[in-house]
Amino acid sequence: MESTRRKFLKIAGISTLGIAGANPVLDAFASEQQHGGEEEQHSQPVEIQKNEKALKAKQWAMVIDTRKFESAADLEPIIEACHKIHNVPDLSEENQRHVINWIWEEEYKHAFPNKAAKFLDERLKHLPFPVLCNHCENPPCVRVCPTKATFKRDDGIVLMDFHRCIGCRFCMAACPYGSRSFNFRDPRPFIEERNPKFPTRMKGVVEKCNFCAERLAVGKMPACAEASDGAIVFGDLYDPESEVRELIGSNYTIRRKQVLGTEPSVYYIV
Amino acid sequence: MLELTIKGSKKYYGWMTLVLGVIGVGFCVYVWQLLQGLQITGMSRDVSWGFYIAQLTFLVGVAASAVMLVIPYYLHNYKAFGKITILGEFLAIASVTMCLLFVIVDLGQPMRLLNVVLHPTPGSVLFWDMVVLNGYLFLNLIIGWNVLEAERNQTHTPKWVKPLIYLSVPWAVSIHTVTAFLYCGLPGRGFWLTAVLAPRFLASAFAAGPSLLILLCLLIRRISNFDPGREQIQSLAKIVTYAIILNVFFFFCEVFVVFYSQIPEHMDHFKYLFMGLHGHGALVPWMWTSLGLMFFAIFMLVLPITRRNEGTLAVSCVAVFVGTWIDKGMGMISGGFVPSPLHHVNEYIPTVPEIAITIGVYGIGVLILSALFKMAISIKEEVAA
Repeated sequence: MESTRRKFLKIAGISTLGIAGANPVLDAFASEQQHGGEEEQHSQPVEIQKNEKALKAKQWAMVIDTRKFESAADLEPIIEACHKIHNVPDLSEENQRHVINWIWEEEYKHAFPNKAAKFLDERLKHLPFPVLCNHCENPPCVRVCPTKATFKRDDGIVLMDFHRCIGCRFCMAACPYGSRSFNFRDPRPFIEERNPKFPTRMKGVVEKCNFCAERLAVGKMPACAEASDGAIVFGDLYDPESEVRELIGSNYTIRRKQVLGTEPSVYYIV
Repeated sequence: MLELTIKGSKKYYGWMTLVLGVIGVGFCVYVWQLLQGLQITGMSRDVSWGFYIAQLTFLVGVAASAVMLVIPYYLHNYKAFGKITILGEFLAIASVTMCLLFVIVDLGQPMRLLNVVLHPTPGSVLFWDMVVLNGYLFLNLIIGWNVLEAERNQTHTPKWVKPLIYLSVPWAVSIHTVTAFLYCGLPGRGFWLTAVLAPRFLASAFAAGPSLLILLCLLIRRISNFDPGREQIQSLAKIVTYAIILNVFFFFCEVFVVFYSQIPEHMDHFKYLFMGLHGHGALVPWMWTSLGLMFFAIFMLVLPITRRNEGTLAVSCVAVFVGTWIDKGMGMISGGFVPSPLHHVNEYIPTVPEIAITIGVYGIGVLILSALFKMAISIKEEVAA
């Protein structure tokens, strides 16, 4: 079971799982119920098929055009879209110290602490910046994880295996972007409306943005990009024809803490 | 020989019962933590490691310090230490056990602990920390047991133990080096990102461990018929003196680099610890106390009169131990997380349940140490009689 799940998660852009070739194709990302019935069959060799619609890339990347944001109200639907479909609990009223964030807003001076200046463009100074996991090309969190519970996929996405994580929080110490959250308590009571198509987490494990790997697998763009009204563009960094490359090639972009050599895959146009 | 650990005076039984009681309380709180999750601690999204990991860091040092007895005795044939080397090795066993327990109580999913072994990841320093800590535990168990057994039977230590003793020397250095590497290899954590971290850890370890051992020797002399010896205690005192001076020296090397270069990402952590940052400064009085204690100890240890007098030496040893404990057990971990990489200042203060669990783990260490020391002392009394 364990190795099957990992093999499955590791291969980019897979959404369908055919068991022993003959069985009806399952949407393996989708649900525990469908899975449950087939549990016994996992001892048989598993054949993995790719969804024809699955999106593929060498390194997924994101360009955020912050010129298109004016206030926190513009970010709200983006954050809500992400947190809703990924069953991210809302602990903001319960305990600020234990909040779980996949994508959230920060002021410029916090998002880019080493670019902060005393005197700054008024718009930038007050503009909320959306921040999330950078899916670094050279991720320190993957380097330090003692169980490979966090790993980098062939398409550049840094994923978490919530079932393998031992909750040592080494990755949280290693991440220079504060992109990782730890479940200090059982998150389930704090999920307003549960999305049955995505797993919930248990207490004691780390989680973070997954660049919507589950959506890419069925040919959909990440939820934040979809909800952003064109402000967030997603694509393959190594495809010269991609929209992200076009934007990076024609605009001055900055990345968070570039100097650390982690090669973040989230670019900001300011 | 184990039978000696369960045969003892009424006082011994009383002491062990008391320690077991403390462990019991800690264990109950730990069960509560298992049910509630780490929300009962003071840790947060920004300060994701706290008291537990800090104690691990400090105790790895105490464990490694056994090498300060092994090197003079086995490599330089300094015979006087033959009498007390076993105490250092047993102190190491108790300390490493506590280290491993502190890792376990810090985990969010402790029942998945074996994933570290099932999915070994040589790229992770935590994996190596597990390897070296367990290795050191077994080395000291095997060495300590065989050396003591030979002493009891008044024979020579078996020949095959010698290579293990030599191996334990670099191994002791490795446990604290690897523990420092947990921190100093992380990008974006300016406080730890310094090559002097591992040497500094070792220096403070070689001060804290032997100073604790001096205190234990003085205690043993009072409560048993075994005298660890004046010469031995004085030699340990010199080791503590050099080590605590080195520790403070390394600290000032760090302070110079940080404050002369004026790089905010490195400087802000020191500011937080010693001056307070953006109105937050819970650790400021502690850090100055720590520094004050270390300076006081250096003064008392360098002066021959106060070093040679066992009364004032004991005071210096307490100062060294408490000073290095505050430095590593309180400042070192929090200091690295505050301010956060996004430059938010969220302080960490351990909670009562967290401290109760910590005391419980220390209780297990004290229990192991008491039993092992009782065994060693009984044998030494037996041989002398």
